[in-house]
Order: sequence, then C-alpha cells, then structure tokens
Amino acid sequence: MTAPEIVPGAPAPADHAPAAQGRRTGLLHGPVARNLGLVIALVAICVVGFATAGDRFADVDNVVTILRLAAVTGVLSVGMTFVIIGGGIDLSVGSVLGLASVWASTLATQTMANDWHWIVMVLCGLAVGAGAGLVNGVLVAYGKVVAFIATLAMMVSARGLAEIIANRRTQVVKVPGFLDFFRASPLGIPMLVWIFALVSVVGWVVLNRTTFGRRTVAVGGNAEAARLAGIKVQRHTMYLYALAGLAAGIAGVMMLGRTTAGSSTNGQLYELDAIAAVVVGGTLLSGGRGTIVGTVLGVLIFTTLSNVFTQNNLSISAQAVAKGVIIVGAVLLQQRFADRSRAGT
Amino acid sequence: MVNDDRTTTSAPGTPPDGPADGAPDRAPDRGPDRAPLLTMRGIVKHFPGARALDGVDLEVRPGEVHCLLGQNGAGKSTLIKVLAGVHQPDAGDIVVDGTPVTIDDPVAGLRLGVATMYQELDVVDGLTVAENIFLGHELASGGFTRRREVAARTRELMARLGHASIPPHREVGRLSAAGKQIVSMARALSHDARVIVMDEPSAVLDSEEVANLFRVVRDLTAQGVAVVYISHRLEEIRQIGDRITVLKDGRTVASGLPATSPTPELIQLMTGRSVEFAIPRRAPVADDAPIVLDVDGLALHGVFEGVSFTVRAGEVVGLAGLVGSGRSEILETVFGARAATAGLVTVAGRPVRTGSVPAAVAAGLGLCPEERKSQGLILDEPVYRNVTLSTFARTARAGMLDETAERAQADEQVRALEVRPGDVARPVRTLSGGNQQKIVLARWLVHGCRVLLLDEPTRGVDVGARAEIYALIARLTEAGAAVVVVSSEIEEVLGLADRVLVVAEGRVVHTGPADQIDEHRVLDLVMEGSAA
Repeated sequence: MTAPEIVPGAPAPADHAPAAQGRRTGLLHGPVARNLGLVIALVAICVVGFATAGDRFADVDNVVTILRLAAVTGVLSVGMTFVIIGGGIDLSVGSVLGLASVWASTLATQTMANDWHWIVMVLCGLAVGAGAGLVNGVLVAYGKVVAFIATLAMMVSARGLAEIIANRRTQVVKVPGFLDFFRASPLGIPMLVWIFALVSVVGWVVLNRTTFGRRTVAVGGNAEAARLAGIKVQRHTMYLYALAGLAAGIAGVMMLGRTTAGSSTNGQLYELDAIAAVVVGGTLLSGGRGTIVGTVLGVLIFTTLSNVFTQNNLSISAQAVAKGVIIVGAVLLQQRFADRSRAGT
Repeated sequence: MVNDDRTTTSAPGTPPDGPADGAPDRAPDRGPDRAPLLTMRGIVKHFPGARALDGVDLEVRPGEVHCLLGQNGAGKSTLIKVLAGVHQPDAGDIVVDGTPVTIDDPVAGLRLGVATMYQELDVVDGLTVAENIFLGHELASGGFTRRREVAARTRELMARLGHASIPPHREVGRLSAAGKQIVSMARALSHDARVIVMDEPSAVLDSEEVANLFRVVRDLTAQGVAVVYISHRLEEIRQIGDRITVLKDGRTVASGLPATSPTPELIQLMTGRSVEFAIPRRAPVADDAPIVLDVDGLALHGVFEGVSFTVRAGEVVGLAGLVGSGRSEILETVFGARAATAGLVTVAGRPVRTGSVPAAVAAGLGLCPEERKSQGLILDEPVYRNVTLSTFARTARAGMLDETAERAQADEQVRALEVRPGDVARPVRTLSGGNQQKIVLARWLVHGCRVLLLDEPTRGVDVGARAEIYALIARLTEAGAAVVVVSSEIEEVLGLADRVLVVAEGRVVHTGPADQIDEHRVLDLVMEGSAA
C-alpha cells in the first residue's frame, strides 16, 4: 500500500503566510458560544437554588449529592454522545444498564466474585453492556435495521431478559470488596463522581484527539463522503453502538455500587434522560456535530434543576414540566444557531 | 427520422441565419400569429458560489412543443425551477397570457397553469394512482375524500392520456417507469395545466414507451397545451419538437430556432468554443509507459458489462456518454464503491479486491465523485479535515491525531491549488463550487494516489477554477499519475483525454485516440447506442 510520491508541483515553500490559523474562538462563534449558553443556564439555576433554598443548596454535601446523582446518567450520556454524533440513536441504554446490573449481581457472579475477586462483577457488567451494544451495532450497521427500531427491540428484550434472570427479585450485593470500593470517597469525592469524571475525560480525548473520534464525526457528518474517502463506515457504526453499550455496562455497575442491589427495574427511562442531556448539550440529532463538554453540562443542568426542585419540596411532576421546557428551549436555540452558521460566516 | 409530419403546427420561428449572435426572438407576431402563452425575459438567478442564470429569454406559444437544449450546468434545471416557483428570480419578467406575474411558490405556479414533471419522478410509491394525481388538491368534503368522484376523474384523465387500462386504485409503486410518468402527467393535467414542463422524460423509457410518450404529447398539443421539452437526444427533438431555445452558461444563445436546425449548428451553439483554450497541451504518452490501471471485463448487473480498458502512467482516458449511460457507475465500480458482478481491476500489476473502497484506496486509487457536496465533502467540517479525510489515520500515532501535521498538509495543498480563501479552518460549506472541488482533489494529492478517477470534475465550476483544474490534471500526469475523466461536456473529454471510450447503454461502443474523433462522431455513437 505504499503509494508513489507523485504529488504534483513542488508546493510553494511557506512564506510564513497565515499558516494554520487557530480556530475562531470569538465568543459568538462555534461551540464556545453554545457551551457558554449552557454555563449561563447552569449558573442561573444555581442562583435560583441559592435564592430559594439558601445554605441547604450551597452546602458542600449537597453539591456532592448532585454530582453523585449525575454520575450514572452522565456516563450513559457520554456513550450516547458518540452514537448521536455518528448519526444514530440508542434507545436501549437504560435497559442494558438494568440487564448489566442484574447479570453482575446474580448469585453465580457474586459467588465467583467472593471466591476470586470482586472485579469479576465489574467485568461481567461491562461485558454484558458491550455485548448488547455489539448486537445493536451489527443490526444497524450490517443488518441495515433503522437504529430507532433495532435499539427499541433491544430496549424491550434486554429489560425482559433482566426480569427473567432476576426472576423479578432484588439481588442484594454481599461482596465486601465491591461494596467498599464504591463506598469509598478518595479526597472526599465519591467514587461514582470519580468514575464519571474519568469517563468524561476519556470520552473527550477519544472524540477530539483520536482517529476514532474523527471517524465518528465524519460518518455522522456525511456517511457517503466518508465511505468514498476509504473509511470503513459500517464497521465504525458497529463500534459506536458497542461503545454506547459499554458505557451502559459501566453505568450498570455504578448503579449496583450506589444502590447495592441489582434489580431489573434499574435504569428505567434513563435512555431518555441521556438523549435529553446530549441534545441540550448542543449535539445535533442529525449527527456530525457535538461535544462532550456540552453533554456533561447538559447532565449537570438537569440534575441541578431536579435538586433545586427537591430542596423546595416541589413535586416530581413539576420537575418533569420544567425539564420539558428546557429541552424545547435548547433545541430552538440550537436550530437558530444552525441556521446562522449555515448562512455562511 | 428528420422527415417529420408535424413541423407546421406552429411557426417555424425566426430564420436560422446567424443564431450564433444569440439574438433573442424579436418577432413573436410572425408565423401563424399565435400570441405567446408564456414569456420569460432577462431572467437572472444567482446562487452563492454557483453559476446559475444570467439573462435567459424563453417564449412558449400555445400548442407547441418547445425544446430546451443545453449542456449540463447550462441552467436548464434552474430555469424550470424558476418557472415552477421553486426558485425566485433575482431579476427578469415572467408574462403569462399577456399579464406579468410573480410565481412565489409551486402552488402559485400550478394556479397559473404551469405544471412540471421533474426528472426524478415525484410520485409517492405507497399511494394509489388516484391519490397521487390529486395529492395536494384532494377532492374532499369535510375531510373525507370523495372516492367515487376521484376515481371517475382519474379514469377520465388516464383515458385522455391513452392509458385507460391503468386502474385508479393501483399502487403507483407497482407501475413501470413509463406508468409513473403517465401518472405524473395526469397530475399536471388535473391542475388544468396549459404549460407542461418535461425534464428529460425519455431518459427512463425504452423506444416503445417513448413512442407512446410522443403520442400523448401530440394529443396534448392538439388540445392547445404547450409543452416545454428537455432532452439531450437530438433525434427526439427532431421528432417531437417545434421550436428550440438553446442555453449556454446561464444565457439564452438562440431562441425560436426551428426543430429542423442542423445538428452541427445546435452542437456549436450548445458548446461554444471557450473550453478548448483553457486546456493545456500535454506531451504525448510514450508507448512504453507502464500500465498503471488495467480494467478487465468489468460488469455491474443491469448497468454495464464487458468494460475493459487500460491507462498508462501519464495518460488521461476519457469516458464520454449520456447521463445514465453507465459512465459514472463504471468509475464507482473501479473504485470499489459498487460491488462488480464480474471483472478484475489491477493497479500497477496487482489485482485490487473488488467492492471494497478501503482496498482501492490502499492500492492507490482516488475518486472525485460526481456529487461533490453529497458524496465528496463533510460540509460543516473545516477545510483541513476534509483534505485529510483519507489520510488522518496515517499521520496519527497510536490512534492519536496529529492535527498540526494535518493543518500543514492542508495548508500546503490549499496554497499549491490556490484555494480561495486560504484559511484551512473555515467550514468547507462556505467555499465556492470550484474551490470545493479543489479540496476533494487535494485529498487525493495528500494521499498520493497513482490513479485518479474524476467524475464531472468541472460541473458547477466557474471558468477560472476550471482552467486551474485542467492545469492540475496536466501536472498530475506529468508526475506519472493515470487519470480517468468522465464529463457530460464532450468537448471537455476530448480536450483532456489522450484516449476516449464512448459509453452508451452500459457498453463501450468505441475506443480510440481523442484526436481522431470529434464531437459529432461521439454524439452519433451515443445516439446510435441509445436507439439500439
């Protein structure tokens, strides 16, 4: 595959003309503007929280609680960001989370964990998640099943499989090593928050700094152009769903650590929270554009909002209404942004 | 087939002398004295970065078949979209029945009696014949369709078009291409259209179906309906047309010519002579230059078969043929974007696994696809990432991108190819067509490919960028690359190529040196092939 050097015309030696200029970083350009909007929204919610609930809201413990609650959805959302940027959607992540938490806490797995090492439970959860994601990926990429349908089918059947395995009972975790690990708070920050942070950082690096991330944007931005440039579009699409499944597996194990019980009802409707966070975070549902930072901010906005409502003893129903309003508002803003950028610079 | 029994339905129009001046038809009152039904004057339409209309005149009389001729990119499609109300002109007048009108949207066009049958038939496969015909103007009372009346009117329309045998409740997806076309025509008639625009209606039809189409068109014109007919097949125009308007580069270069005008004259009008000068002369290819690309017996079921040719280092081979002749598919199959049903592609002596783009790219093939925007570029991504789309993995280390190297590579190409503006961080969307094409070319230059497959490299590209692309092709071949060019502009193929393959109906009907064949001969071959 060595190609001969026939690149024509000795390219004019650089006269130090404006070479690779940095990207536009003006506040009104690009992703900065969108993330700035999200930061402002988050700050606004915090101000409201402080004004209405005062010290109860601003308390360090409360902030840690918010982060802890954001962690599981956050990890799901990072995986979801990749799938959506790649032009797809994954409705199954909530169910896969449930299945992973159940499978990782069966009597057999726990026995093996006690005999050997508690990491067995973690590996089991990750394998289940990645496996389910791989099935999604094969169906979508090679089976040409519409992503919405393929992952809807997985959503239903993974939940069913979880119920069969758990026999509709809650499986309490009795593996000391596992429980201790997730109960720990290095530097005063809960393990779940550390994991969320780690997943986010890794996600950011993969999306922005690796060939995998570049392929993701290319496939979502224009699959045909990517294919004709020699990118293996089908294979990459499969990887994207496997990645989302892996994230769901991680989230499932985290859920197990938080609740210390595997249940087939774990993670119900989490897929919608994840999609909402990704979209509010500025990722285009049509693919080709999105950021991990936006997604993380989206997750934090929803979790903080729900905390403010709880602090003020407002009902879950009121929270749901507010969530809906935020989703619509964010998408309206996003469309306006897209129109403006499309009109040319 | 030039002898034709209906040239006198309407005026022979202006005499054919001196049409090359582009004198618009100034004598609408001559001939059998029918006031024009539709007049378009001085229509101008600009698109950002793309050539469109730059002063088009068109005059259509009732009951005539008015043919619109022009090469791809001459502005025919834009013109009929202006007429249909899809695009709003930036300047110019449209007069229908002596009344100046503005056509703000497709509904307004239909209301004025202008109906358009687009090349991609715009019927809904899942609906019935009747539902398609009355789509958008359903006959309904209180939200319920009046089924019996709809069926009756559908039968009436189909009978008028000579296809009473197609039942109104038949699902359109089960009809042949010809049947769909009849449905599309019936829809036009259901709007009481007085002008029906047909964009290459014969492209999807066999000769028998074409004969039927012509019969329908004659019935329509006998009823006073005017037909604006677009086709690349000159023989067809002789058979069915009354008068011809020729477009070139967004302008009317001749209008109201009789359909019997001689072919050389029409081709001269369509092509002009401007392209030739821009194509640089190249040294002839040495007979002992190594064969870089060898295509042997390549076939794609139902599209083309038995395609064999070789390209030597430094040689340009051109594929000439009509849209739909299979020429683009041949390139895409050589590139592995379509899985060949038979045949072998060899690059520099090594066979390339067919049906695999990554294998083709690894072997040193590069394709600049026909549809630049939808197949070649990621429009919202910056220029440099589009340039390095095939090579970013090569500069990467352990999966980590080296964006600095990518920007440097892109920057080098952008300057060598004189892309304007030269900012590699700009989204590709903001560049003009010619500069976007240079970005796709730059991708393969960075990749360093041995064989470059160019599909319509200058479509929608302005004259200046065109010359630059020609110069680039010359430089590439000097450096030893093999190039295969497909273009709808025969003159361009002949000017660029050392050898030409003429493709018609999925078969190579002629192979030979480019300087021993002229446009007329190519067109003859193409027409013969199409008639077969």
